Amino acid sequence: MGSQKRNTIKQILLYSVLIIIALIMLLPFAWMLSASIKFNKDVFTFPIQWIPDQPQWSNYIKIWTKIPLFTFIKNTAKLTIIVTILQLLTSSFAAYAFAKLDFKGKNALFLGYIGTIAVPWQAYMVPQFMMMRSFNLNNTHLAIICLQAFSAFGVFLMRQFYQSIPDELCEAARIDGMNEYQIYGKLMLPLSKPALSTLTIFTFVGTWNDFLGPMLYLTRDELKTIQIGLRMFITQYSAEYGLIMAASVVILIPVLIVFLSLQKYFVEGIASTGIKG
Amino acid sequence: MSRQMKKNLVAYSFILPNFLGFAVFTLGPVIFALILGFLEWDGNNPMVFVGLSNFKELFADSRFKIALWNTITYVIGTVPLTLVSALALAVVLNQKVKGRNFFRTVSFFPYVASLVAVAAVWNMIFNPANGPINMLLYKLGVSADHLPGWAADKHWAMITVILFSVWKNMGYYMVIYLAGLQGISGELYEAAGLDGANAWQKFKNITWPMLSPTTFFVIIMLTINSFKVYDQMYMITQGGPGTSTLVLVYHIYNVAFKNWDLGYASAISMVLFLLVLIVTIVQFKGEKKFVNY
Repeated sequence: MGSQKRNTIKQILLYSVLIIIALIMLLPFAWMLSASIKFNKDVFTFPIQWIPDQPQWSNYIKIWTKIPLFTFIKNTAKLTIIVTILQLLTSSFAAYAFAKLDFKGKNALFLGYIGTIAVPWQAYMVPQFMMMRSFNLNNTHLAIICLQAFSAFGVFLMRQFYQSIPDELCEAARIDGMNEYQIYGKLMLPLSKPALSTLTIFTFVGTWNDFLGPMLYLTRDELKTIQIGLRMFITQYSAEYGLIMAASVVILIPVLIVFLSLQKYFVEGIASTGIKG
Repeated sequence: MSRQMKKNLVAYSFILPNFLGFAVFTLGPVIFALILGFLEWDGNNPMVFVGLSNFKELFADSRFKIALWNTITYVIGTVPLTLVSALALAVVLNQKVKGRNFFRTVSFFPYVASLVAVAAVWNMIFNPANGPINMLLYKLGVSADHLPGWAADKHWAMITVILFSVWKNMGYYMVIYLAGLQGISGELYEAAGLDGANAWQKFKNITWPMLSPTTFFVIIMLTINSFKVYDQMYMITQGGPGTSTLVLVYHIYNVAFKNWDLGYASAISMVLFLLVLIVTIVQFKGEKKFVNY
């Protein structure tokens, strides 16, 4: 009897803690949603009125005309999709060689990759910008693609995962007459779903949310991404609280969709590769 | 063609697409950065070799010293707070409870959410004049003069950014801890339970020591990422008020793209790189000592 009672108390405590955690994590988003359908003058009323009497759904229409939101979203989607595809293809491809093939100069090349992981981007963004400028790539989307698509991190993450796949599997496939490209395409890629999902989330989120890169390279409005576009809007119309929040909700949705659809692979992916963000 | 040659060529063909991009857009600029610190360059006129003078300039630059100090303050504030919150979250979310996946997803969401969007909400919630946090504090009896000024007050600005960063990033480190927790065998807890150990004793004697490799990894990652902080400052405090949240990357940005003093900006970058390098070396050297089982 006593232990059962203690268990019940333990459960109640546990759930109280969980609910407090969820509140801390979610309340800012709830506030964002609520403010996005309010008049500016009602945003700061206290006590907070979570559901306004006259919901201003029109905020969600106004944002499309007040700022070129559609252009920003189109630019960001284009960049994010291209970068993610390039990153997945080139790094899984290169990682296969580093994990499963023997060749001259392997260690030196890999050291070059690893060496730059430890160098923060912010430490070489200045020379990189000057180099891009000399290629006439500033104010082009190509600059952002080149910047993001060939990270050493992607190669490292995929290599770690491939190494957990037994070499005997590749050997057996070779004896069966498969060449290396077939082994990569038919054997390794399907097996590496968790790692690919993890890399997809990191790359997609990283590119979608990137701020300093686009801020340096894209100064013309028609090229801007959603992050610097929204930031520009916030600076210009700092008192348009309802509109700012509505635009914020809109730009959170794509990340939410990608995240929810891939998240079941995510913990597994991090656990098997043991890596950073 | 010999067999080994063929094998080499196949391997290079796998690496080439990534390596071309990597060599041109990462490796090249990294090497350029190492050289640029010894040059004087405004981006238009020819570069001039100036030896160590950029590095000597660091010692006389009061804004650099402030930025370095602020960055270290941010690191010291952020790392332990994030670590403790992430570990606590992971331990709670590793219990067998209904809706566990929902709570995990919720805790991770701030990490993937757009920084501009959540920083905008944060600025409103922590608005010193009429934001809900200060309204609540006022209702709870804090007098109007003593309400924190958050991002607008030079004593509170750094704290505001640190709180924001902890909230935004702890979900990510929680996932790493969850992965670590799943590697601990359940038998250890059962054995301890038979010996009559309570929850705290189990945590102290099993969980914490078994997690030490994970903790070590988390500390390193957190420290490196905190040294690179910029976006949060830009969006919440713009480096101010005054210089109270001016950090190294902010200073690099201003020196490079406002003053066009590219050589000196690279010298500051070198300091940032050295700080991160030291942390990385500590990781390689210290991992064996720190892991205690």
